[in-house]
Amino acid sequence: MPATSAMDSAQSAGFTPPTRFAVPGRIAVSNRAAATWQRATLTEVRRETPHAATFRFAVPDWEGHLPGQHLMLRLRAGDGYVAQRHYSIASPPDDTGHIELTLDHVDGGEVSGWFHTVAEPGDEVEVRGPLSGFFAWPGDRPALLVGAGSGVVPLMSMVRHHRARGLSVPLRLLVSARSPEELIYASEYGAETTPVFTRTAPEGVPVGRVSAAHVAALQADRPEGGWEAYVCGSNGFAEHASRLLVDAGQPVDRIRIERFG
Amino acid sequence: MNVTRGFTGRPRVRNDGLPPGQYDAGDDWPVLSAEVTPDLTPAEWTFTVDGLVAEPRTWTWDEAHALPPSAYEGDIHCVTSWSKFGVRFGGVSLDAFLDAVRPAPEATHVVAYSHTGYTTNLPLADLTGGRAWIAWEYGDGPLPAEHGGPARLLVPHLYFWKSAKWIAGLRLLDHDEPGFWEQNGYHHRGNPWEEQRYSGD
Repeated sequence: MPATSAMDSAQSAGFTPPTRFAVPGRIAVSNRAAATWQRATLTEVRRETPHAATFRFAVPDWEGHLPGQHLMLRLRAGDGYVAQRHYSIASPPDDTGHIELTLDHVDGGEVSGWFHTVAEPGDEVEVRGPLSGFFAWPGDRPALLVGAGSGVVPLMSMVRHHRARGLSVPLRLLVSARSPEELIYASEYGAETTPVFTRTAPEGVPVGRVSAAHVAALQADRPEGGWEAYVCGSNGFAEHASRLLVDAGQPVDRIRIERFG
Repeated sequence: MNVTRGFTGRPRVRNDGLPPGQYDAGDDWPVLSAEVTPDLTPAEWTFTVDGLVAEPRTWTWDEAHALPPSAYEGDIHCVTSWSKFGVRFGGVSLDAFLDAVRPAPEATHVVAYSHTGYTTNLPLADLTGGRAWIAWEYGDGPLPAEHGGPARLLVPHLYFWKSAKWIAGLRLLDHDEPGFWEQNGYHHRGNPWEEQRYSGD
């Protein structure tokens, strides 16, 4: 894999394990940004599906991020109790001073429950980030994105970045949802996207999981030099999808996985 | 930070075993590996300790299992903010492996690496004195592949990204060398009680 950043070069200078698998980071992360809590003001809530909504925040001192990165968010109760969670960033990097998160309403979720039942514009939370350069996609290599449910969130940041910058590097998205009603960002997809429905589908569209046939079609279409694959979703989905990719010939060291835990 | 309007959190009982910023995951055990779960059988698994040691050595599955068994019963803590209480891992104390290779006096740090290529760095002192294991059992059964089976490093007093899954070896060094997540912005040591999550914490 070609070195593309100072991070990759720094890595090659150190100890490299004697294995065929290698999962290099993509970018250097700002330690200062990662360690600093910032105030984020909710400015807008957009419903995406019956169970998911997008929360837009003004974060004036946000240093920017790359598509695929996440942040840590915290809420504090009156008795001092703090809850913090990692969330993928949905918005592209060029949304200056703003970031967007798309959150599922998790059953019994104390943080997602607050967002879905209490939060309104003007509320303040705290965030730190962006975090982790591993799942980041700077827009430099052909990208094959595979996501399910809210696993599409960091992938959508990549698609939006690709569009906003008018990038010519190939980008394809395979996105799985239970039904058209549950498909997050449904109105935003274009020719780069293949939606897959596992429970109910529109007339004439088959119902089923992401399959070897879907992956084979994308591998047959791979650009010179191959795809960089990004997989995001539940662990069950990530295991299924990454296995399909490996079986279709995608090198294991060019599959990056973000599992929701 | 200010109180978040309308946020009360879920009902909670005081739990002195919960490090700051963590919550009790209960029966859940989230999987958070960044790479494809490898197909790695016990027959293929090996564990090597080399670098600044008197006698570098590689153990096979059977050779490692011939060492005195040792179990950990207690809690584990993930940087993504879940903790899991009262878990049991079975395996061998890392002291047994280190005693066999005899670390050099100048060895201060370790890079632990996986059969996948994942790496993480630790001070050698965090791996000795009965505080670290090579673990191949979880509860009463074998360690599941997605949790690092057939065998993983277990360093339960640090955030769990230090407990490298599919452990392949340790290289002893006379300096600290950041591993995979540490190069991606995470803290070099990762002590949950001091909330050492990211560089700069």
